[in-house]
Amino acid sequence: MKGLAKSLMTTLSVFARKPVTRDYPNYHKPIPERDRAFPLLLWDFEIDEPFCTGCHACERACPVECMTVLMKDNPNHRSQGGDSSRRKIIDKFWIDYARCMRCNICVEVCNFDAIAMNNTWQGHELSVHDRSDLVMDLPQLLAQSKTGNLKEWVAD
Amino acid sequence: MVVRPEIEREFETQDLLLNVGPQHPSTHGVFRMVMEIDGELVKDVVPYIGYLHRGAEKLCETMDYRQGIGFMDRTEYLAAFNAELSYVMAVEELAGLEVPDRAQWLRMILCEMNRIASHLMFMGAFGIDVGVFGTPFIYAWREREAIFDLFEEVSGDRMMYAYFRPGGLAWEVPVNFTERVREVLKAVNQGIKDFDGLLTENEVFIARTRGVGAISAADAIDFGMSGPSLRASGVPLDIRRTEPYLKYAEVDFDVVVGQNGDVYDRYLCRLQELRESVRIVEQCLEKLPDGPIMPEKMPRMLRTPPGEVYIRTEAPRGEYGIYLVSEGGNRPYRLKVRSACLSNLQALKHMSVGQYVADAIIVLGSIDIVLSEVDR
Repeated sequence: MKGLAKSLMTTLSVFARKPVTRDYPNYHKPIPERDRAFPLLLWDFEIDEPFCTGCHACERACPVECMTVLMKDNPNHRSQGGDSSRRKIIDKFWIDYARCMRCNICVEVCNFDAIAMNNTWQGHELSVHDRSDLVMDLPQLLAQSKTGNLKEWVAD
Repeated sequence: MVVRPEIEREFETQDLLLNVGPQHPSTHGVFRMVMEIDGELVKDVVPYIGYLHRGAEKLCETMDYRQGIGFMDRTEYLAAFNAELSYVMAVEELAGLEVPDRAQWLRMILCEMNRIASHLMFMGAFGIDVGVFGTPFIYAWREREAIFDLFEEVSGDRMMYAYFRPGGLAWEVPVNFTERVREVLKAVNQGIKDFDGLLTENEVFIARTRGVGAISAADAIDFGMSGPSLRASGVPLDIRRTEPYLKYAEVDFDVVVGQNGDVYDRYLCRLQELRESVRIVEQCLEKLPDGPIMPEKMPRMLRTPPGEVYIRTEAPRGEYGIYLVSEGGNRPYRLKVRSACLSNLQALKHMSVGQYVADAIIVLGSIDIVLSEVDR
């Protein structure tokens, strides 16, 4: 009987504590800056074009082959009368978020700091009705960075 | 089964085949077992595994060493740091990499924290198995959440960390790491106290678990069991003690052993191990040096000379071994994961035959299986 009483005392003592549950859809826990949701592309505000040159480094390093990259000649390059130093630039880019396993390798191999893991709640709340909606194209991948609110974290 | 002589059977009786799983909450994943039962007594258990087979070993052979880390996480999702550790240690052994001291201590802290998280998960799930509905599970979740928040701040992910790299760690821990760990340990200590109060001396719990599913030390060794499930039978085999890796030789901890090898002892062993893990982490925090977390010179693409290596570490569920064969180049020629769960699961039939059906469930729960580790 003593053990049972002790057991009940334990449960009773919990009543005095503060609740630890988070009222999730109404309350979003602040997430740490290192949080890794899904990768997205970054926007170069100085020249107004993506950082990504379409060099395929991330595509080759991806363990689950979730990326498809196509590059093109940069129409904004200096030789064409523009002000960009990027000879090549990204043309089309798809990342299949349904395949991505968020290993951070694409960020590590990127030579241009053009890709980062999304560390906002937007990167987590991605439920869709159709899996094909999780294949993100270039405008979708750039959208969040274009707003300028993204504080990406890249390990040095 | 006791057959009273005065009502000798006059009719044919037939044993019942009862299918449990694969989609059953008390099988801890997708495990299926077919039990042959005579009334309430289990006469035979036939386990079926393979529902979660993803071919992680084979996948790792198609990709380089860094890419494989993510798959190692997924072979044991409840203690991913421990799984990563075995893998990166095997690669380091082959490649001859020297891991900096700070990285080793940090690895130790993270692995022990992950052991705590995994054992807490066991406490919760086991509580439900024995019939204490909900309460232990929520208690376990509370502290586990604190640990996962810490891991998220360190590695960026809550379960699939991909944080260890051959040679060290992917990046430095946050500046307030030690304070955060101490904070979490405080919560964990409270959690351990709660479990101790809730279950250990509870007469109902003891009646339900003591003497159930006992296995002798000799049998447990024969089945190749390891980890807390083996130590509960009284075998003081702990790889952290017998073959110290990382810095385990420099910290002081006890190897917890049980006496009877029954379900209750397996629970007690894990509870005590929680306390030992807390002790280890506290010592690590004291001794944590400053310094680099990666060797000075790391090649951009890690290549290993030909050779083979077997590395084992003490994961929460037992010996997690990696057998790695390399033919040179940047990817394994063969990778084999020696999972503790698979070996522990072999003893399931031995432990549950002759028990009640309800006890077979808690025997399964007490060896703390993770099906992703069994099937890989």
